[in-house]
Amino acid sequence: MNFLKKSKLSTSALRDYCSFPLVTVVFVLITILNNSGKLNKSMQGLLVPVCCYIVMAISLNLTVGIMGELSLGHAGFMSLGAFTGVVTSQSLIGSVPNDTLRLVIAIAVGALVAAFGGFLIGLPVLRLRGDYLAIVTLAFGEIIMDIVNCLIVGHDENGLHLIFNFTGEKTVADLNLAEGGTAIIKGAQGAVGTKTIASFAAGFILIMITLFVVLNFIRSRTGRAVLALRDNRIAAESMGVNVMKYKMIAFVLSTTLAGMAGALYGLNFNMISADKFNFNTSILVLVFVVLGGLGNMLGSIIAATILYILPEALRGLADYRMLMYAIVLIVVMLATNNPKVKNLFMKIIPKRKSKEGGAAQ
Amino acid sequence: MEFLSYLISGLSLGSVYAIIALGYTMVYGIAKMLNFAHGDVIMVGGYISYIAVTRAGLPGWLSVIVAMAVCTVLGVIIEGLAYRPLRSATSLAVLITAIGVSYFLQNAALLIWGANFKTYPSLISGTLKLFDNKLSIPYVAMLTIVVCILIMVGLTLFTSKTKMGKAMRACSEDKGAAQLMGINVNKTISVTFAIGSALAAIAGVLLCSSFPTLKPTTGSMPGIKAFTAAVFGGIGSIPGAFLGGLLLGIIESFAKAYISTQLANTIVFAVLIVVLLVRPAGLLGKYVPEKV
Amino acid sequence: MKKFVKVIALVLCFALIAAFAACGGNKDNDSNKATNAANPTNAQTSGESFKLGLIGPLTGGAAIYGNAAKYGAQIAVDEINAKGGIQFDYKAEDDEHDPEKSVNAYNTLCDWGMQILVGPITTKPAVAVSAEAATDRVFCLTPSASSTDVINDKDNMFQVCFTDPNQGTASADYIAENFAGKSVAVIYKNDDAYSQGIRDTFVAEAGKKGVTIAYEASFTDATATDFSVQVTAAKAANAEIVFLPMYYEPASIILKQAKDIDYAPIFFGVDGMDGILGMEGFDKSLAEGVMLLTPFSADDPKAADFVAAYQAAYGEIPNQFAADGYDAVYIIYEALQAAGCTADMSAADICEKLVAVMPTLTVNGLTGEGMTWDASGAVSKAPMAVVIKEGAYVTP
Repeated sequence: MNFLKKSKLSTSALRDYCSFPLVTVVFVLITILNNSGKLNKSMQGLLVPVCCYIVMAISLNLTVGIMGELSLGHAGFMSLGAFTGVVTSQSLIGSVPNDTLRLVIAIAVGALVAAFGGFLIGLPVLRLRGDYLAIVTLAFGEIIMDIVNCLIVGHDENGLHLIFNFTGEKTVADLNLAEGGTAIIKGAQGAVGTKTIASFAAGFILIMITLFVVLNFIRSRTGRAVLALRDNRIAAESMGVNVMKYKMIAFVLSTTLAGMAGALYGLNFNMISADKFNFNTSILVLVFVVLGGLGNMLGSIIAATILYILPEALRGLADYRMLMYAIVLIVVMLATNNPKVKNLFMKIIPKRKSKEGGAAQ
Repeated sequence: MEFLSYLISGLSLGSVYAIIALGYTMVYGIAKMLNFAHGDVIMVGGYISYIAVTRAGLPGWLSVIVAMAVCTVLGVIIEGLAYRPLRSATSLAVLITAIGVSYFLQNAALLIWGANFKTYPSLISGTLKLFDNKLSIPYVAMLTIVVCILIMVGLTLFTSKTKMGKAMRACSEDKGAAQLMGINVNKTISVTFAIGSALAAIAGVLLCSSFPTLKPTTGSMPGIKAFTAAVFGGIGSIPGAFLGGLLLGIIESFAKAYISTQLANTIVFAVLIVVLLVRPAGLLGKYVPEKV
Repeated sequence: MKKFVKVIALVLCFALIAAFAACGGNKDNDSNKATNAANPTNAQTSGESFKLGLIGPLTGGAAIYGNAAKYGAQIAVDEINAKGGIQFDYKAEDDEHDPEKSVNAYNTLCDWGMQILVGPITTKPAVAVSAEAATDRVFCLTPSASSTDVINDKDNMFQVCFTDPNQGTASADYIAENFAGKSVAVIYKNDDAYSQGIRDTFVAEAGKKGVTIAYEASFTDATATDFSVQVTAAKAANAEIVFLPMYYEPASIILKQAKDIDYAPIFFGVDGMDGILGMEGFDKSLAEGVMLLTPFSADDPKAADFVAAYQAAYGEIPNQFAADGYDAVYIIYEALQAAGCTADMSAADICEKLVAVMPTLTVNGLTGEGMTWDASGAVSKAPMAVVIKEGAYVTP
């Protein structure tokens, strides 16, 4: 509780540290509601995916908001985490019967693989800038999708069998699985028959870990270096900040968290396939981040929650559902970024008016 | 002889990418925004032309003009309603709005024209047969390449010779300074969108003439590819978009023919990554050193 | 503080939209009433009806399949409700062809009180939902999700369409019998479970039957615009038959591009090819001589009433997905009658009864005479090989 001693606490720090109790309160409330049967089935089904997308949004916010580089391929790392998580969990079913332990192991392995992928991809990507960097992340996202599509993995008593089906001629039969072995990933048909072991509690813990790691990272020596690079690369570089090193640390951290979210996601569904983690999913997460505010982790959490639930809440509109979603997106962007519209909101909330008027000038 | 066929396939696909990329790069150059809704304006152009031909019975060339008119109006409306209010906002905010517009257009098209695929009646059909029928070149492919070159030359001349073109280049360099020189920045950007959307209509017609199915998501994948092409050639550069589009098409075609049809897309993107590592501002992009 | 305002604005917008949603919802109900559809409002008035849910892609790239099945099922529901006797309340939910959204749609339908599920329409969502439904004990009959993964290890999941292996094997057998000695090219969609599933079994069976595969190529979503390379290569490999295990949209481009280069092999499709003749603006001469294994033909006299009703309501010629949706509702209708279920039974009770009764059932539908099911959930019906001649299906 060191931060309380500081005489002046910046609003951003206050907000960041508020996010822990806030998330906890929401978690407790929802758990109580759930246990008392007040939560309907569709809300229950949304809990774990929302957690995954929140973690994704925080992790992408690290790249986009803190590091200041646009990434359009973040879903690729989620994919890496998801598929390694599923393979790990499915192949350990025999040896680690405890679901919770297996989930932890799967998430850890997913995080490791995504971290490694992030490092490999970061080497070329982080040498570029601006829109060129963005397009290369998009390219890697698509490449990961293509490669996972060609992946056939099975498990039997001899361990893991894995083939890359680059010629298109291999099938599950080519794995030569021993009797009793199971195919875990079947190319384009995806990973099918996964035992779903993800839980809302696990999602909550993952969010807390992510928040803890990211918020501490921002306030650490490394984090300050990354922030300095974002605000003025040339000035930071001339002060002796190693651009590649610090950007790489932030990027790998971001992909690791995405891998963890992916592993949790993969283990929440009976089937996942590579094409789920396409450009559109990357964009979806980016929307969460931008709407929540760059560098604002609490904002990411709120935006991810609301925007993920929104299309479900709009189901009553039937055919007009996705159209309405698009309109909401545009209107919210205009409302939060246009000075005139913002002032309009200011008048609706008179209490804040004077304060904000001062801050804006 | 197959080699030539593959090359022609690549050129024909590439010229479609190029024509879309020209619209992308133009808007990017002046408004400094990635207009992700561009692909969907193409789709709208395709549908309008389709409706004009099949429902209203207009001849093909007239349907192109109708589509251009509708898309120009649409582009200006989108710019005025969704992008102009965000002129002072970050480029990311505009990007997300563009994505919102893209969703909107796709879903509106779904509601208006239905989910059923439409087969676009090709503007010109038939193929040129050479070498004993061993090599065939669809006339549409030739038309696309010619139109693409014309547009590229036209745009280059427009931006370098006309008053409006000069205003555009001024805005692209420095909006504030341009405004001080008496250039109406908002009007200039509106005109850019108008031109970009008219190009999108032409691209839509040519895309659907070569690959004739029309559905609400027709524009999204070619849109992403064209965006890649624009970056490949150096985003903001008009000849770069042309070159990038053609190269992308040819690489995709050869990758399918000689390496793997599974991984054609991966190979295209891998080449893109390598090129960007060697030339970080794209093939023909200007590398602008940062001023301190 | 700026950020705080952002959050406030976000919340306000959300509230605004929620209000919109409420208004919009009512409007939608009104329009539904106009088209004489069952909807939640009607559901409260008629307590005696079964709640029938449908999940399919109603928006996005695969919207055509979901909408066709939704409309087809709607017609069957309307017909059955008009008969008296068993009544259905029917509600369709969108899954955007995404397993994740499909589970959401399923949960939403469960909250609505769904007792029987028709769907999901497409394969990947069906696999994801079937696992949920197996745990919850909700009876599912999918019109068109054809992978064996959909029904494997789940006793409550049944299919109206053939399984992928079934189609792949039947196609290979047909080619081996009728075109012995001809070489085959295969073009399939590599990131699609349906296409890859059929391709795998086709190639395996072709190997057993001694059919030579001269050329094989694939495409993905990202490269589904242009097929001229694949077509040129198939021509160069002198393939006399081109097997196209895919939906009809890419197939229509392949047919055009083959014609452009004067390549005229026998094109051989599967049930996804059905619908190609109904594409608006499609030049039917391109499909001349195309063979396909399909369970449904819109020209079939027994389908005439359905086709007329469908055209009157939706202005299109129904494809196989619509017929599958229509049949699915009738199969459930027959099964409910045979099992003696009543609308006040719980979903789990209905599920147990229907699972028991399905293997004993024989149904004549638009997509097959004498359809029967085994306990695994796979349907047994004879695939019908047809040739397209002058824009119509003809039995060869």
